[in-house]
Amino acid sequence: MSLQLRRKTHESVVYIDRDSAPRILASGMDFILEDLPVGTRVIYPNPPIKGLANREAAIRYALNHPHDCDPLFAQLEPGMKVTIAVDDISMPIPPMKTPDIRQTALEILVEMLHGHGVDDVHIIIAISLHRKMTPAEMKRMAGPKIWADFYPDRYYNFDAEDPANLVLLGETRHKEPLRISRRAAESDLLIYLNFNFVPMNGGHKSVGVGLCDYESLRAHHNPDVIRASHSYMDPAGSELARVIGRVGEIADEHLNVFHIETTVNNYIFGPDMGFLTKNEDDFSAFDRMKYEAMRFAMNKMPRPAKRTMYNSLKSNYEMIACHAGRTDPVHDRIIAKSMEQYVVPIEGQCDILICPVPDMSPYSINSILNPLLVQVMALGYHFNMYRGKPLLKKGGTLILHHPCTDEFDHKFHPSYIEFFNRLLPETRDANVLRDKYEREFANNPSYVEMYRRGNAYHGSHPFFMWYWGESGRQHAGHVIAAGAENAHVPAMMGWERADNLTEAIAMARSSMGSSAEITMLHQPIIAIADME
Amino acid sequence: MSRHAIHIAFTRLRRYPKPCEIRYIGTLIRETCAARPAIVPLNTLEIGVAAAAFYDLEGTLVRTNLVHTLGFYARNQPGLISSLKKSAATLVSLPIFAITDQYSRKVFNDLYFKRYKGQSEDRLRFFAQELFEAVLKPAIFPGTYELIEKSRSLGLRQVVVTGALDVSINHLMAHLGITEYVANRLEFVNGLATGRLLPPVMAAATKASWIRVYAEREGISLSDSYAYTDSMSDLPMLSIVGHPAAVNPDMRLRQTALHHDWPILSLK
Repeated sequence: MSLQLRRKTHESVVYIDRDSAPRILASGMDFILEDLPVGTRVIYPNPPIKGLANREAAIRYALNHPHDCDPLFAQLEPGMKVTIAVDDISMPIPPMKTPDIRQTALEILVEMLHGHGVDDVHIIIAISLHRKMTPAEMKRMAGPKIWADFYPDRYYNFDAEDPANLVLLGETRHKEPLRISRRAAESDLLIYLNFNFVPMNGGHKSVGVGLCDYESLRAHHNPDVIRASHSYMDPAGSELARVIGRVGEIADEHLNVFHIETTVNNYIFGPDMGFLTKNEDDFSAFDRMKYEAMRFAMNKMPRPAKRTMYNSLKSNYEMIACHAGRTDPVHDRIIAKSMEQYVVPIEGQCDILICPVPDMSPYSINSILNPLLVQVMALGYHFNMYRGKPLLKKGGTLILHHPCTDEFDHKFHPSYIEFFNRLLPETRDANVLRDKYEREFANNPSYVEMYRRGNAYHGSHPFFMWYWGESGRQHAGHVIAAGAENAHVPAMMGWERADNLTEAIAMARSSMGSSAEITMLHQPIIAIADME
Repeated sequence: MSRHAIHIAFTRLRRYPKPCEIRYIGTLIRETCAARPAIVPLNTLEIGVAAAAFYDLEGTLVRTNLVHTLGFYARNQPGLISSLKKSAATLVSLPIFAITDQYSRKVFNDLYFKRYKGQSEDRLRFFAQELFEAVLKPAIFPGTYELIEKSRSLGLRQVVVTGALDVSINHLMAHLGITEYVANRLEFVNGLATGRLLPPVMAAATKASWIRVYAEREGISLSDSYAYTDSMSDLPMLSIVGHPAAVNPDMRLRQTALHHDWPILSLK
């Protein structure tokens, strides 16, 4: 196929030609410019679907026109006990400009509940084993009104290590237990307010994972389930989704769940920085000027200042759908809308996949993208963004571009540090790690206390992050960390290292052949490759 | 892992390596030099080797420090005048205690325990219950119970190693369900305190020595054990266990914990 013909496969797929502009690579906190080999296929995010004009009206409509159940107002009775569980700020990335969709929905829900004489209302942030949100984050997410009325007694983080406030709902036929928040379980009505950012989110994962404890989670967050998921970003091919679906059946048996799901478009940056998701061939002179100004400023900044600036970035996502009712029909509709935004049809796998990794991750909000999180973004999230078969051929080379700084957040990721320094030098085998050390970390009293009283991820969380990258690790023949500023992080991860992208491509071609097909994901990107 | 990889690891560092890098390079060397298959170490807790959690007490599990105890006893002297005098003397000594504690824990102990000189053993024991109810119990950090409970559920032996006086903490230990503890003991002659401590004086390195001897005697694996403290003076105690943690740390210990990648807990 000639290059000219290849150009026209889809508006989000661009092939590099001899006269193509260099591409911007989002690597860590930098945006660098690189010339790519002729013939390289670059995948861009789809143009954003137009957001709903009136978000409040859409939410109210969903509450009044639910799928397969009575409208919310018809389910309310004065004096009943209601719990609203809500997703944490791990999604979206970066956090939304205020008001967050959750704020809008919570204000509508609370108003409706009070209007029907329901005063026993608790709002629980369904963090599962994520870190607890800080008060400032909670206030920002829910807005000042909810904050003033509910915090701290009736608006709080779920605690998966508080046995007195957990209750076992049951076990699946495969012996997967579901132990969740007692308050949620004992409520007359559980309203789950979901923010669906990637197709892995939402559905039964909301209650079945967001409100569960470690023992429940480890039943499905394990290497075998992840390996059997093709991919976990495609609900139809995800073993993880199947297992969680089984768990969800238990929740449905025991609880009265009114599920609300929302999803957004991919309008990540506003007009000022929109050029970062644009095809570089179409840059105007002003776009180039803005990019050069940004690059100059970022290069001059010390790393902490750069990180502060980076973490202060807020996204412009707009809500494109909201559905409410029973979990399955709601989730199906949201996934369909989400896929409409994200799916990019792709013809043919590649031999070399270039995946720049920006410091954006669900697990590093207001924090640092440590080496384990770099791993999960490249080999986990981005590798799994496919439907059908992986974008990368089996045994192909994955080039990630990131400085791989050996830096961890002691407050948020304490157990990651021990995992990285103590366990990885011994083994990278996910099953060995799970069998030998996962429980030790999960039960480490220091980590438990840091999770409960501080803002630390659960002691077992680095293991799940490692399993999350398992499919990519098993599938890719080589992983090369281009632009890594040190040798030991890539080596600990089992990766090769290259100074820059050109060197990495040369290394990859030495094993894959000089005619190897190269594809690059243009970051930041949320796109599902629909493989033909 | 090849010798080539070790060479690359060294040459690409081009600076003094960080501790984790040294560990990594050490791993490379071990992997390269090993002629036999790697022996996978077993998780000792899983095969029944005993381990323990060692706690400092004051500032770690409870909010109070030694001076609170001294202040309580000073307030409860026989007679109002005596109480006032002792309380005033304690107040005046506070800056000296603060300075000497920064300088040396041994000097601090020498000065501090002299304040008990002349106090009767009976009186110290008699007021211990009230000291616990009025001072120590309300000062227990909320996270203390959880931490101990979690450690206990792992089968770890609970051991408190403190520089406080044994008579003053008996009730607290009973309340926390801790039966193994070591504390400082005042020397008494004819029932009156001399203001000196009986050896071994529990402070700084002595705590570590005591733990080492205790572990050897009880067959406890220090590599699988935990230690919790709030003070830089207990650095030796943290250094000898496999799972050290700084709890409500002072600035110096916080920095040390960050440097060594130790967990930093807040039980408040």
